[in-house]
Amino acid sequence: MRQIAYQRAGSVDEAVQAAAQPEAAFLAGGTSLVDLMKLEVLNPARVVDVTRLDLSRIEPRADGIRLGATATNSAVAAHPEVKRRFPALSQALLSGASPQLRNVATVAGNLMQRTRCAYYRDLATRCNKRSPGAGCDAIEGWTRMHAILGGSEQCIALHPSDMCVALAALEATIHVRGQRGERDIPFGDFHLLPGDHPEREFALEPGELVTWVFVPATAAAARSRYVKVRDRISYAFALASCATALEVANGRIEVARIALGGVGTKPWRSLEAERMLVGATPRAETFRRAADVALRDARPRRDNAFKVELAKRTMIRALTLSAEGA
Amino acid sequence: MNDNHSDDGLGRREFLVGGAVIVVAACAGGQARREGTGPSAPGEPMEITLLVNGERRALRVDPRTTLLDLLRENLGLTGTKKGCDMGQCGACTVLADGVRIDSCLALAAQYDGRSITTIEGLIKDGTLHPAQEAFLQEDAFQCGYCTPGQILSCIGFLHEGGGATEMEIREGMSGNICRCGAYPNIVSAVRSLRGRA
Repeated sequence: MRQIAYQRAGSVDEAVQAAAQPEAAFLAGGTSLVDLMKLEVLNPARVVDVTRLDLSRIEPRADGIRLGATATNSAVAAHPEVKRRFPALSQALLSGASPQLRNVATVAGNLMQRTRCAYYRDLATRCNKRSPGAGCDAIEGWTRMHAILGGSEQCIALHPSDMCVALAALEATIHVRGQRGERDIPFGDFHLLPGDHPEREFALEPGELVTWVFVPATAAAARSRYVKVRDRISYAFALASCATALEVANGRIEVARIALGGVGTKPWRSLEAERMLVGATPRAETFRRAADVALRDARPRRDNAFKVELAKRTMIRALTLSAEGA
Repeated sequence: MNDNHSDDGLGRREFLVGGAVIVVAACAGGQARREGTGPSAPGEPMEITLLVNGERRALRVDPRTTLLDLLRENLGLTGTKKGCDMGQCGACTVLADGVRIDSCLALAAQYDGRSITTIEGLIKDGTLHPAQEAFLQEDAFQCGYCTPGQILSCIGFLHEGGGATEMEIREGMSGNICRCGAYPNIVSAVRSLRGRA
């Protein structure tokens, strides 16, 4: 790890000011950042610790729930209102990482989680995300754990988060504060596609701090489900995962929300598949057609063609569970 | 032969521990800053105070120091093990204010003013902690390298109100890898503690 200056922010304003300096990074649970600093993949000269700011509250409201940026993954997953009104969120969090990591990993840290692309993490290889313009050794390399949706000729790094898949389906909003004030970012706009600039990963201005995430309460959200398929039964990243939320009335789907994990360069919401389901009867053939649509643009590489069918089956399974609950 | 000892007969670890004691003496009386800290230059050492196994330890550290390295190298508490050093194996598990964490991914500076419990802090007046007894009773280890982390993780799991079925215990202890494969007996040890830890 390179040398750093450590600063513990005493207030949100102080944190925002400190992080607006060049080469500064916010530090919360450290489970991503400290790991990547040790590997010298991320090399901030200054880390601004935000864990002692008053940002860890979980506040249920009539119209939804506000998750403080530094609320831990454990706290959010175990919160009775999260379990009752947003089950997919709790399920997604509990399916990720290990208890030790979830005890310190935060909401905002999970939003900012970096890819697990082995090439990104290895300084001996070329990576456009790590060193813009350097080239990408993943595209022609070992691609079993790479994205099949949302990739570009510069980057096919997979987005690793479980929580973000649930928040994408639940249509969360991300509230940030920067030097120019506060603003809300719709979840779908927060993570950027790699395109020609895979080094740009988030729709954040320098120094902008995530302060909370708002998740709106809906009838569909209360029946949301998260299904994750991985190489072993616990403590592994998704090969494919899916968060679904359905509202069914008189045998017809009225609301459908679908997001996929383990397949995209960002948490992958499928608006097309959602539109297809509205008005339809919730049954296996319908779900299969929606899954075909969701994966229509999939572009598998040498080692990950299996993800196309696996993601479809995972989505059908999640939709089936949501329909049973609806 | 033994590269753990330098020519003057003083072991590397003993030397580091000696250094730490001097530093503690120099910093004793300095209050830990609990809230904000001012800006500093990269690499500038900082003073922190931790309550380690009930004992107040004041230290001057490089800001990069992980909690794991601080425990092992600065304080000589080598019961906490370094396995993968990247948050995947759980050998470095300690309790921070009673909550289990991987100390390898924690900067020591973040734990300024907080309470840390390591395997060395579990024994009370010569009596092993019930979790330590349970691991002995159930023969829940082979080489022993992962055991301190397993025991701290077990205590954290029980404190979190983890379940009692084999699947719940396996899932709850999944952050601790045992390369010897002592899992069946680890599960037995954890299960034997349900309701009394």
